[in-house]
Amino acid sequence: MNGFLADLPTYLTAIGQTLFIVLVSLVVAGALGLVLGVALAVTRRGGLLSNPVLFAVLNVVVNIVRPIPFVIFVIAIAPVTIGVLGTYLGPAAATFALSLAAAFAVSRIVEQSLVAVDPGVLEAARAAGASPLRTIATVLIPEGLGPLILGYTFLFVGIVDMSAQVGLIGGGGLGDFAVTYGSQRYDWPVVYITVATIIVLVQIGQLVGNRLARLALRR
Amino acid sequence: MTAAVRVEHVTKRFGDLVALDDVSLEVEEGGVLGVIGYSGAGKSTLVRLMNGLEQPTTGRVLVGDAEISALPERELRRVRRDIGMIFQQFNLFRARTVAGNVAYPLRVAGVSRTERDARVARVLDFVGLLDKAHAHPEQLSGGQKQRVGIARALATSPRLLLADEATSALDPETTADVLALLKRVNRELGITIVLITHEMEAVKAVAQQVVVMEAGRIVERGSLVDVFSAPATPAAARFVRSVLHDRPTGATLDRLRSAHRGRLVTVRVADRPGFTATVSDAFAKRRLSNELVFGGISELGDRSVGALTYALDGPGAAVDEALAELRGAGIAVEEEAAG
Repeated sequence: MNGFLADLPTYLTAIGQTLFIVLVSLVVAGALGLVLGVALAVTRRGGLLSNPVLFAVLNVVVNIVRPIPFVIFVIAIAPVTIGVLGTYLGPAAATFALSLAAAFAVSRIVEQSLVAVDPGVLEAARAAGASPLRTIATVLIPEGLGPLILGYTFLFVGIVDMSAQVGLIGGGGLGDFAVTYGSQRYDWPVVYITVATIIVLVQIGQLVGNRLARLALRR
Repeated sequence: MTAAVRVEHVTKRFGDLVALDDVSLEVEEGGVLGVIGYSGAGKSTLVRLMNGLEQPTTGRVLVGDAEISALPERELRRVRRDIGMIFQQFNLFRARTVAGNVAYPLRVAGVSRTERDARVARVLDFVGLLDKAHAHPEQLSGGQKQRVGIARALATSPRLLLADEATSALDPETTADVLALLKRVNRELGITIVLITHEMEAVKAVAQQVVVMEAGRIVERGSLVDVFSAPATPAAARFVRSVLHDRPTGATLDRLRSAHRGRLVTVRVADRPGFTATVSDAFAKRRLSNELVFGGISELGDRSVGALTYALDGPGAAVDEALAELRGAGIAVEEEAAG
């Protein structure tokens, strides 16, 4: 614990790195996952842009990537990460790998939220003369917004979890800090301070998500 | 007379299922066509052909000058702006306010904001929900939701309104309100309406022309009064009976038969002077005991329709003579089959 005060600047940096990794990944994975999830939802048979062949391809791709354990995925795409960023170490590299892996997870969350939207309202939009793309943007996504926000909140918690894992393999952030300054020095209070920090982070995220979802659902 | 909608020899298959089988019909400009049939008769498919939500397997569908069945999807979108549609489950956008719902078709049509606001206010006023403009759909009752649905369908000032079981999810009182509103839409705005329903009550309240569907085919068609006063097919007769309650059936018929002697004969009400005198004369002059045991008369448009059932007792030949005399006078007479 004596060491912790000395390590305070490192701790604060680690928090900053974790926030960077989590927020950037949330935005990038959120956007990629939204596109992929919308594609999955509308190309299925009977969807707005029903295209069984494209759906089958997307479905298989997502199914291949999703079950790969995240730590292995990060290592497996290290050559790509190096190709893009020049290194596979540090917060930027961690964010790259995390965004990619999370995007596939998000796509399923988005797909589920959107498939649950009442087909009747989509038909009402079609009967009003709306094109499929307009219907997606102005009806499908707004009507599924409540579940979508809850899904993204779930994703946020998952990304915090994953950000700690990338920390262990050289990504920086709180996971890295807990190991390097905590467990490896047998300084358990440092480990628990880190755990508490992550819990607070997750609580804040969940609270914000719930509030937004309630606004969207007006409940 | 120009036709607002023309369906020509349309057949629609979904895989092996034949939803519509060589259906042809016309809806006159400014008219109200009621399409009635049990669920699965093909009514919804028929109405969805009229705004191109479905395309026929064979045959043609025309709305005004537009050949709906020949237009590519992109062109159809433009045509759909001139065709309103309302649904059984209302299908309102839950993420939008009442005003937002009504404005939606106008946004799609690219109407400017000021024009949009003015039109939204006008149609909401027409359906009597101007005070609910900022409410969300879940705050409304079923009847109010359908009135919003109607306002949304009217926003673009369409010439044709398609109503797919528009009152089937509503209670009887609310149904009457919504039907009255549809009648105003037709009379005051001159909008042609195609009303799909399995409730004869809805057809009776609004339609001028009626089409009866069964198993993908039109089995009967005609003016409301004709179909009601003289249904020619069993399907039509069942629907008419469900509203008029003018013919004894099932248990009622059994009870009447055991309670009265003689033959049960149903005379259809002819809306003309001296009708009852003609009937009672035919019975009286043959000294037939005649007792009125069942019946009902309803007002339809400006005519009375219905039927009266008599228990006739007397010599068989005299009864036959009396019935022949009535038929000779142009009065439809039917004997209730023995149980």
